[in-house]
Amino acid sequence: MMASLTHATTTVAQTVSLFDGFDGFVLPVILKLVFVLAAFFVLPLVGGYLEHKVMGRMQHRRGPVEAGPFGSLQLVADGIKFIQKEDLIPSAADRWVFAIAPGVALVPAMLVFLVIPFGPGVFALDFELGLFYALAAISVSVLGVLMGGWASANKFSLIGGLRAGAQLVAYELPLIIAAITVAVQAGTLSLVGIVESQATFQLFGTGINVWFVFPQIVGFAIFFVAAMAELSRPPFDMPIGDSELVFGYMTEYTGIKYAMYMLTEYAGMISMSALMVVLYLGGWQLLPGVPLPGCEAGGGLFDCSPTGIALGVAITIAKIMALVFLMVWARVAYPRLREDQLQRVCWLVLVPLSLANLAVVTIAKVVF
Amino acid sequence: MTFFEQYGTFAIAVIVGCLLYAVIMLASRLMRPSVPSPQKLTTYECGVESLGAGWSQTNIRYYVFAFLFLLFDVEAIFLFPWAVIVGDLDATTAVSPTFAVVAMFLFIATLLEGLAYAWKKGVLTWD
Repeated sequence: MMASLTHATTTVAQTVSLFDGFDGFVLPVILKLVFVLAAFFVLPLVGGYLEHKVMGRMQHRRGPVEAGPFGSLQLVADGIKFIQKEDLIPSAADRWVFAIAPGVALVPAMLVFLVIPFGPGVFALDFELGLFYALAAISVSVLGVLMGGWASANKFSLIGGLRAGAQLVAYELPLIIAAITVAVQAGTLSLVGIVESQATFQLFGTGINVWFVFPQIVGFAIFFVAAMAELSRPPFDMPIGDSELVFGYMTEYTGIKYAMYMLTEYAGMISMSALMVVLYLGGWQLLPGVPLPGCEAGGGLFDCSPTGIALGVAITIAKIMALVFLMVWARVAYPRLREDQLQRVCWLVLVPLSLANLAVVTIAKVVF
Repeated sequence: MTFFEQYGTFAIAVIVGCLLYAVIMLASRLMRPSVPSPQKLTTYECGVESLGAGWSQTNIRYYVFAFLFLLFDVEAIFLFPWAVIVGDLDATTAVSPTFAVVAMFLFIATLLEGLAYAWKKGVLTWD
């Protein structure tokens, strides 16, 4: 594995992806892509099913029950339906831009999964710039949304697309600054390195091992709110605003292209939650300072037995789903903000607060 | 893994992602009906005849946010390398930690002044 340029204190033996255990270049790449695509198509469906069920229960309904056991195949059935639906491109629309816009949103959402560590060694790539890469890939999706809104030649779509553009660029700032604050604390941008540094991080020299969520509870709150706004999920769904803008930038989309936008949203929900797990909630660790069973050899984080790896993946996915649950809860609990309130909250509250958080954490890091 | 192996994997993933989208679109084309009619292909405007073109002029207030965003996004690019090294600085390094922290805070304060100016000008309040 590439040694980090600055994080020279690494003592852990093995931080290599499991897929690099095979010889050559081609086989590991194929396995990595299969892994990334499997995670990209399966986890959003699990998150979507969870959303259906949780929203149903919170609204005194049962949610889906017919397709599969307890309705668990509802989203698969939806996918099969979408792919057979007639695809309409309005005659006023810009045909080519209209057709590729969902792909421009979808592909970056998939590329984020390349760097997310789901367990000890269970990741495709560990870029030195992993955090930077993940944030950059997430921010490309706004192009697909703007393209779709513009190419539809529909007033609702255009307003929805412009709202989405303004919202996504605005909330990217608190998101990036909160993430940089974690990078200051960890001293690295590698996502695996950030998990690793949380295993050894001690609260101001007291010997108490904690995850970054404790010293950075403000940063975590900022990241969570900004992530929900980045995903345009209620209560931040002004770009879609179904009671005012029909369906925003997706108004003219039907069939499989609409399904691609929805998949982008759910995949974004998973990747944002996974980033929060990695940055703040200790990745695949069970409890702060407790080595994972089966990984005692590598300091409780790496060199795991198959049991340890399975346990690590299960813990990561459980944490991701817990955060998805919180997002769904917020969606059910709060009404939509007004468009100008949204921008004010970002520029006058979240951006200054995240900069103040960065200042406090930096000073604490330099002093202690 | 070398640098080229890592970013080569990334490049292959980009190509596979684009191909995947193309394959899904093609599969859907083979499976779906296609019976367009002029009525179906009109612009949707809640069922009434649409007035004017979709690309008409509207008053958008978002360009101010685009400027503000550019300001802070460029700042973020400078923050990333600074964030990685600031914790490793001490008295023995060429740059002292105090200098690094104060320099970056001055930079951020300059940008915040721009935000405060925009606020004072009232661009963040709509009426």
